Amino acid sequence: MSALAQPKRSGFDTSAMAMTAVCLLGLVWSILAAANGADAAMRTQSWLIGAGFLFGLLAIVGIYGEGGVKTEPTEYNESVVKAGAIASMFWGVVGILVGVVIAAQLAFPALLSWDAFPQLNFGRLRPLHTSGVIFAFGGNVLIATSFYVVQRTCRTRIASDAGAWFVFWGYQFFIVIAATGYLLGITQSKEYAEPEWYADIWLTLVWVVYLLVFLVTLAKRKEPHIYVANWFYLAFIVTIAMLHVINNLAMPASLLGSRSYSAFAGVQDALTQWWYGHNAVGFFLTAGFLAIMYYFIPKRVDRPVYSYRLSIIHFWSLIFIYIWAGPHHLHYTALPEWAQTLGMTFSIMLWMPSWGGMINGLMTLSGAWDRLRTDPVVRMLVISVAFYGMSTFEGPVMSIRAVNSLSHYTDWTIGHVHSGALGWVGFISFGALYCMIPWLWKRKGMYSRALIEWHFWVATLGILLYITSMWVSGIMQGLMWRAYNSLGFLEYSFVETVEAMQPYYIIRMLGGVLYLAGALLMAWNVYKTIKGDVRHTEDVAQPQSHKIQPAE
Amino acid sequence: MAKKRENPVWGWHKKVLEKNSIVLTVGILGTVAIGGLVEIAPLFYLDTTIEEVEGVRPYSPLALMGRDVYIREGCYNCHSQMIRPLRDEVERYGHYSLAAESMYDRPFQWGSKRTGPDLARVGGKYSDEWHRDHMRDPRSVVPQSIMPPYAQLENTPLEVEVVEGRMRALARLGVPYTDEMIANAVNDIETQLDPYASDYDNFLARYPGAPVRDFDGNPDMVSELDALIAYLQILGTMVDFSTYEASADENLR
Repeated sequence: MSALAQPKRSGFDTSAMAMTAVCLLGLVWSILAAANGADAAMRTQSWLIGAGFLFGLLAIVGIYGEGGVKTEPTEYNESVVKAGAIASMFWGVVGILVGVVIAAQLAFPALLSWDAFPQLNFGRLRPLHTSGVIFAFGGNVLIATSFYVVQRTCRTRIASDAGAWFVFWGYQFFIVIAATGYLLGITQSKEYAEPEWYADIWLTLVWVVYLLVFLVTLAKRKEPHIYVANWFYLAFIVTIAMLHVINNLAMPASLLGSRSYSAFAGVQDALTQWWYGHNAVGFFLTAGFLAIMYYFIPKRVDRPVYSYRLSIIHFWSLIFIYIWAGPHHLHYTALPEWAQTLGMTFSIMLWMPSWGGMINGLMTLSGAWDRLRTDPVVRMLVISVAFYGMSTFEGPVMSIRAVNSLSHYTDWTIGHVHSGALGWVGFISFGALYCMIPWLWKRKGMYSRALIEWHFWVATLGILLYITSMWVSGIMQGLMWRAYNSLGFLEYSFVETVEAMQPYYIIRMLGGVLYLAGALLMAWNVYKTIKGDVRHTEDVAQPQSHKIQPAE
Repeated sequence: MAKKRENPVWGWHKKVLEKNSIVLTVGILGTVAIGGLVEIAPLFYLDTTIEEVEGVRPYSPLALMGRDVYIREGCYNCHSQMIRPLRDEVERYGHYSLAAESMYDRPFQWGSKRTGPDLARVGGKYSDEWHRDHMRDPRSVVPQSIMPPYAQLENTPLEVEVVEGRMRALARLGVPYTDEMIANAVNDIETQLDPYASDYDNFLARYPGAPVRDFDGNPDMVSELDALIAYLQILGTMVDFSTYEASADENLR
């Protein structure tokens, strides 16, 4: 082979200079904010932020002191994917654990609130849970799998090793800034967009690098066509960038302070937020994970995607229609009715592309349905697509104004989100990790198939407990709020409806405990697999070479 | 037999979109931009989006700081501030919320979940003493409540020095805080807590209808509880619904 094939060191190149400049700038800002910050929360948090940038500088010195980032042109970069897989597992357990804690706080409020630790109240932990599972767990799964898939399907190494590592570590840094901020009470109060302006700027930078690395990798592909999974990853990255930047436009009260005020007010702010919020579901939790479906299900069952044309129709209609659906979060509010009606109409239309995707995923199993019985990973992937189908049917139903008048503000919404989050996002992620970990670490398979079986059944039971209890409590509370007695007065005071929730909050918490238990079983299984304890396993993975194969 | 002709759409997709990552990216961006442009952009220029009502004014400095405490503690996670025009909600909470009532709210606090009751019109509903007890220990006044206690608020001094910067940021965004209001902000916080303050009349001229009293019952300290109660007591009270005609043509949207 040519000289190109030799492993290379990058040397102190432009990207290294850019990263050094960013870290220095960040460090200076942190020192100024620690010494002279506008508010106490900022002065506290800037120590941590400064430490992060200092760490970054030390890493740069260490790596570039030895000649720079190592590149093997004939191989895929699997080390950044490995790091992503481990980070996914870690944040998954943390995020689910915080979820169980806040579920327990609602069930046993007197027992689980502490005067001395306002950091641990429900109001601050809830964003920690949502961001933890969506952005820390889900985001790491998406970044790791996208780096894996884009290299394989383009038959080329990732465009920039330094860029990919910057995305990985920059994203972890964002998670830590956001999470510690919530505990300190630093929040914008926009749901799923709680991090304040400086964290938002940092994420924007990381995200732009992510987009560039992804795009340049696509551009230097050795395959003639861009594979369908990459369309979905690209739509996820591009759209999240658009949503993130616009929804977070804000005016900081001080450039050395933690507080900012939204560029939009009241009704405009509400629709901008739910345009963002609903499409965080649509593009982060749907498009991104559909990309996983389009790569990992065909790979695992060794069958081609069911229909190429359905992929095209499903892709473009899904991304076109999803973006309109936000106003269904604002039915009967002060949002003008024309906007509510548009939102409802498109939400109902959204049912079709969603099910188009589900059919394409499920029918990929044609001729391999027996794998459902024999392979728990396939079962996990398929059940996740089934949950996707279920929650994308429930969603349009709940977007109908009359149904929404009952369901809005209640636990029904929480249950709906979790059938999507635990069933679809969780299971497709677990399935992808179960596929990927033996491939990455070159093992015969996962350490224990029995543990995968246990994970599957324990987690499925947990989901069922979760969503059924939330259906009952949500619909019950909605009905109690609107109940009238024979004299024409409201039947129940608000707190009576709260009291009635307790049994369901306990059942929901148990569901969460089961789901957490499943994730812990998985973490153990993953640990044993990575450690190399796989000797005799029934979970047989087809080996995937880390050498780049020439294109056909 | 004639050769089966490929539908040009699939061919175009395969030859153009799937072969050029930049075209694909631009195509995606164009596709996802449309919905937001059609739905959100008109809200900024259609006059009918926000009702014209009297009485809605920016928060007093103390209430603004209280609102920041409300946001910091994540109250919006469990309390909505948006009463829907449904019979039971109007009877339970009061007149349905108008868009005008949150026109200075950055960000909005409409919420999405009622683990606790709606707070859009909680102002004036309970006494300051009730709020104090409730924040110290919610279950002392509502035994079945599942709200966490916020007992530290009354012992935590309010970060008064940040208020000017915060009002200036809001003014830059278009909230009608005047230079006079910003210059007097720190003083106005003290004034709102003391009905005998010398600047009482000027304060009320700047913030008509603002309640003036010592909210947390401790005159020795401006606490976070002072600010939070001042915020809660103004919620939903700015519009006079005895003169507002909800069903008038210009108020329907």
